[in-house]
Amino acid sequence: MTLALKSLAFGYRDREIGHAVSLSLAEGEVLALLGANGAGKTTLFRSMLGLLPVKAGEVMLDGKPLSAWSRRERALRIAYVPQAHAAPFPFTVRDVVLMGRAAHLRAFAMPGERDRAIADAALESLGITGLADTPCTEISGGERQLALIARALAQQARIIVMDEPTANLDYGNQMRLLAHIRTLAGQGLAIVLSTHNPDHALQVADRVALLKDGTLMALGAPADTLTPQTLKDIYGIDVVIGRVEGSEALVCAPRG
Amino acid sequence: MRDKAALPKGQGRLFIGAGLIAVLLLAALSMMVGKYGSGPGPVFDALRQLVTGDGADHVLSTVLWNVRLPRVVAAVIVGASLAAAGATYQGLFRNPLVSPDLLGVSVGASLGAALGIFLSLPVLAIQLAAFAGGLVAVLAVSAIGALVRERDPVLTLVLAGIAIQALIGAGISLIKVLADPYDQLPAITYWLLGSMTAITRFDVLSILPAVVLGLVPLVLLRWRMNVMTLGEEEAQTLGIDTLKTRIALIAGATLVTAATVSVTGIVGWIGLIIPHVARMLVGPDFRRLLPAAMLLGAAYLLIVDMLARSIATIEVPLGILTAVVGAPFFLWLLIAGKRGWS
Repeated sequence: MTLALKSLAFGYRDREIGHAVSLSLAEGEVLALLGANGAGKTTLFRSMLGLLPVKAGEVMLDGKPLSAWSRRERALRIAYVPQAHAAPFPFTVRDVVLMGRAAHLRAFAMPGERDRAIADAALESLGITGLADTPCTEISGGERQLALIARALAQQARIIVMDEPTANLDYGNQMRLLAHIRTLAGQGLAIVLSTHNPDHALQVADRVALLKDGTLMALGAPADTLTPQTLKDIYGIDVVIGRVEGSEALVCAPRG
Repeated sequence: MRDKAALPKGQGRLFIGAGLIAVLLLAALSMMVGKYGSGPGPVFDALRQLVTGDGADHVLSTVLWNVRLPRVVAAVIVGASLAAAGATYQGLFRNPLVSPDLLGVSVGASLGAALGIFLSLPVLAIQLAAFAGGLVAVLAVSAIGALVRERDPVLTLVLAGIAIQALIGAGISLIKVLADPYDQLPAITYWLLGSMTAITRFDVLSILPAVVLGLVPLVLLRWRMNVMTLGEEEAQTLGIDTLKTRIALIAGATLVTAATVSVTGIVGWIGLIIPHVARMLVGPDFRRLLPAAMLLGAAYLLIVDMLARSIATIEVPLGILTAVVGAPFFLWLLIAGKRGWS
C-alpha cells in the first residue's frame, strides 16, 4: 500500500497553488506536513485525495494513477480526516462513524452487525464510546475531531490523511491523539498529517515535509528538517530547538 | 422541541405504524367532508350501493367515488411526494432552506402548465409540459450551481434558484397577459394557487407511475443519502460516487415533484416544512426520515384540503392555506435558530 506524488502541480482552475512536489509514503510511516497559512497544505491534500484535479504530474496509489481507481477503491485505501466543521444535521456520533463503512457496502446496502461492531471498536479505541449516542451537533470541536478520526478508522484504509487533526483539541487530547497516531503507525498504517505546531511534528513524525510557496522546501527526518533556520524561513520567527529535562521529545521555543 | 438524534430500536417502527393509521383515519374523515353528502352516513350508503349494486342515489355515488375519492387519494400522494422530495433536496444540498419551490421545480412546472393551458393543449400534454418545465428549471439551477465553483455552494444554489424563478415568473406573467381573460386566465391563476378541485381518477392514475418511479432511488439509496449530507468531498473520500448518487436522487425527487405539480398546481411550503417537523420527530436518519416525512406530508395535505373545502362557501386555493400555515412556521424556525441551520 503506497502513495506517491510525482512532480505534482496543484491548484484551482486558473490559479496554481504549488508545483514540483514529489514525495512518497511508506507503510507504518508518519509524515508531517508543515507550512505557513496559505502555503497550500489543504490544497495539496485535496489533490492527493483526488478531490481536485492535478495540474501536472501524478498521484500514484499502489503503482497506478489515482484517477485509474474508482472512488470506492480509493476509499478502501485512503481515509480522510477533514478539519472538524459544523455538521448540518444532528446525526449521532455512532451514525457518523458508521458512515465510514460506506466503501465496504454496496450502493443499496445498509450497515449490518459487523459494521456496527467495527464502528464501536473505532469509538472504543479513541475512548469516545460515551459519546456514541450524542448528536454530533452537540459535542465540542475536539470531540467532533475524534469522531471523524474514529470514522477514518472504521473505514479500515491503510493510509490516513489528516488535515490539522490537533487543531481543535485541548492539550490532553492533543497528546493522546499523537500517541494514538504512533500506535496506528505501529500497526502498519501510513499517516500524513498537517500541523501548525512544530512540536507535534517533532513528537510524532518519522519524516517532515516543509511546504513553502507551494514547493517542498525540505523533506526528511524531523531533526534534519525542523531547524531554527527552516522555521525562521517558514514562520519568520527565531526559535531554539532542544530537550526539556525529563522528556524524550524535542521541543521548539521562541529564542530569547 | 429538540432534535432527536435517534430513537430506540422499534420506536421508529411504532411511529411509522401510528402515522399510517393516522393517515388512514384522516383519509376516511376526508371522505365525509363536503357540500354534498357530508358525515359518515352517506359514505356508508355509498359503500352499500357499491356492494349491492343497488343504485338508489347515483349522484351520491358519483360525488363520492368519482370526485371525492380521487381527491383524497391525490392529497395523500401529493402530500407524501412533496415531503419526500423536500427531505431529499434538504439532505443533498445540506440546507433546510432548500425545497422544491426554491429550486424552481414548482415554478418551472407551472410555466410548462401555463403554456399548456395557453395553447389549449389536452390534459395529458399539459402534464408533460409541466414535467418538462420542472426538469428544465432544476437542471438550470444545478448547472449554474456547478458552474460557479469555489464559492459557498448552498448560497450559489439559493441565489441561482431566485434568479431562475424570477425569469420563469416573467414567462408566466407574459402568458397571463396574453391569455384569454375569460377562459384561460382564470384557469391559469387558479392552477398557480394550487387546487385539487378538478382532480379526476384519470389524473391520479396518470401521475402514479411517475411518482412510484421517482421514489425508487430515494428508497433504495436511503442510507447513502445520509452519507451525502456530509457534503460532496467527504462523501467522495468515503467512497461514494457522488455524481451518480446525486443525479439519481435529484432525478427522483424532481420527477416526483413535477408529476404532482402537474395535476395540483403549486402547493407550496409542504416540501420545506414537513421534512423539518419529521426531522424533529424521528431524527435525521433518512431511513426513518423518508417514511416519517411522507406520512406527515400526506396527513398535512389531507387536513389542509379538508379546510379548503369547508371553511368558506367557495373553495380556498390550497396554495393560500399552505402559505398561511407554512410561512409563519418557517419564520419561527428562522428566529428560534433551530439546530440544523448552517
